[in-house]
Amino acid sequence: MNLSVTSLLGLRDLSREEIEFILDQTGSFKEINYRPIKKVPTLRGKTVINLFFEPSTRTKTSFEIAGKRLSADVINFSSSQSSITKGETLSDTAKNLEAMKPDLLVVRASASGVPELLSRMVKTPILNAGDGLHEHPTQGLLDLFTVREHKKRIEGLKIAIVGDILHSRVARSDIYGFSKLGAEVTVVGPATMIPPGIEELGCKVAYHLEEVVPEMDVIMMLRIQMERGSGKFFPSTREYSRFFGLSLKKLASAQKDVLIMHPGPINRGVEISPEVADGPFSVILDQVENGVAVRMALLYLFCGGQDAATA
Amino acid sequence: MNKGVPMPKKKKVMDAEAIRRALFRIAHEILERNKGLKDLALIGIRKGGEQVAVRLAKIIEEIEGGPVACGFMDVTMYRDDLYHMSHQPEVHKTEVNFAIEGKVVVLVDDVLFTGRTIRAAMDSLIDLGRPRSIQLAVLIDRGHREFPIRADFVGRNLPTSRTDLVSAVLDGDGRKDKVELIESEEPKEKE
Repeated sequence: MNLSVTSLLGLRDLSREEIEFILDQTGSFKEINYRPIKKVPTLRGKTVINLFFEPSTRTKTSFEIAGKRLSADVINFSSSQSSITKGETLSDTAKNLEAMKPDLLVVRASASGVPELLSRMVKTPILNAGDGLHEHPTQGLLDLFTVREHKKRIEGLKIAIVGDILHSRVARSDIYGFSKLGAEVTVVGPATMIPPGIEELGCKVAYHLEEVVPEMDVIMMLRIQMERGSGKFFPSTREYSRFFGLSLKKLASAQKDVLIMHPGPINRGVEISPEVADGPFSVILDQVENGVAVRMALLYLFCGGQDAATA
Repeated sequence: MNKGVPMPKKKKVMDAEAIRRALFRIAHEILERNKGLKDLALIGIRKGGEQVAVRLAKIIEEIEGGPVACGFMDVTMYRDDLYHMSHQPEVHKTEVNFAIEGKVVVLVDDVLFTGRTIRAAMDSLIDLGRPRSIQLAVLIDRGHREFPIRADFVGRNLPTSRTDLVSAVLDGDGRKDKVELIESEEPKEKE
């Protein structure tokens, strides 16, 4: 199957068939992570630059491991150690990096739209590793893969995404991904953190966590993002936690096979209690594990053949 | 009728019976060469070799009355022509659920052609562990090798032109198995 895009900017741009194809390919790559020698020669001679304009440990490490297990040369670049601090513009940085002939750029930025802007300026394929409040497509794909692995399907499932929907790029990618694959997505949070018109992305809205817990197959808890000013949208962390934090008590009415997910990093005791995060329903570490496999599949698919590189 | 553009000629070169007999012979040869089941493992190369390996494993188990390790391998990630393709080919699962350390691994494929797939399979196998030896069983050897590779067990040697296609179809119960030679439309190379 040929993907319709040369850069992955968001799940919004992919069709259901394309998403399912990527998930199937992920299944084929996952096995490499359990071998005694966790390396295949597939991307030998390819150069991947991790261009991170915003701090990240999980996503950056995950991309780096994925690239190295496929034998690509992975170069990490973070804005704090770069010419950005000397006043170089984004486009100049990108064009300079492109002049060094990488085969793929992985871009993380605190401003929405940076990967798309770069994709118009350079010919190198780009994978969006999370941009501002827009999308985090690789997280969306690993969430889909993890749910499909546990539930054997996506179609017809009920998914709740709980917390700071306003500031969450993960929520947007998850809403696109899960609804394209036929799940019913409900976003839950304080009214101040539900962006007006979010229903247009194809999800329902709820304001009381207790009311939706019993009918859900998957509950995705989001992090309260203090660095983006989440704290201004509710009176206190304690109050937020009381109404929207997932505790054992709130989970008591859930289905017996509910999946608890979280894109990380988790604030223990704020949006999720430690007993729930480490409990039997939690697949939080499966998400991290599957993240490497998803990114291996994406690096493989977007590093492209000869035509893609010269086109 | 469309003159000038001849229809590709399709010729059945093996029917279900012929395939069954060839696989029986190969199974016996594998057991004879390796003196039984000890340390023996079959690994079919996806997709074409998968069914051939399943059939061989079944016949070997019938003959010896014991189980034989059987796995499947996708060699896409080890191909040397990945960068010559316009887009990335689909990757299938590798399922080898046993340790190959010290095993005699018989690689199984449907059609042996240039030998490039077998080269990739051997590299891939060695990344999974260190087998004692690697042998190769194929249903059809159609010639035109580009690497110094030779099969240990061959169902049938089939003379072909480089541009011909050979298609082996093995289905679930084996009754509709067939191998077809589809001759190319291009003029044959002169001797």
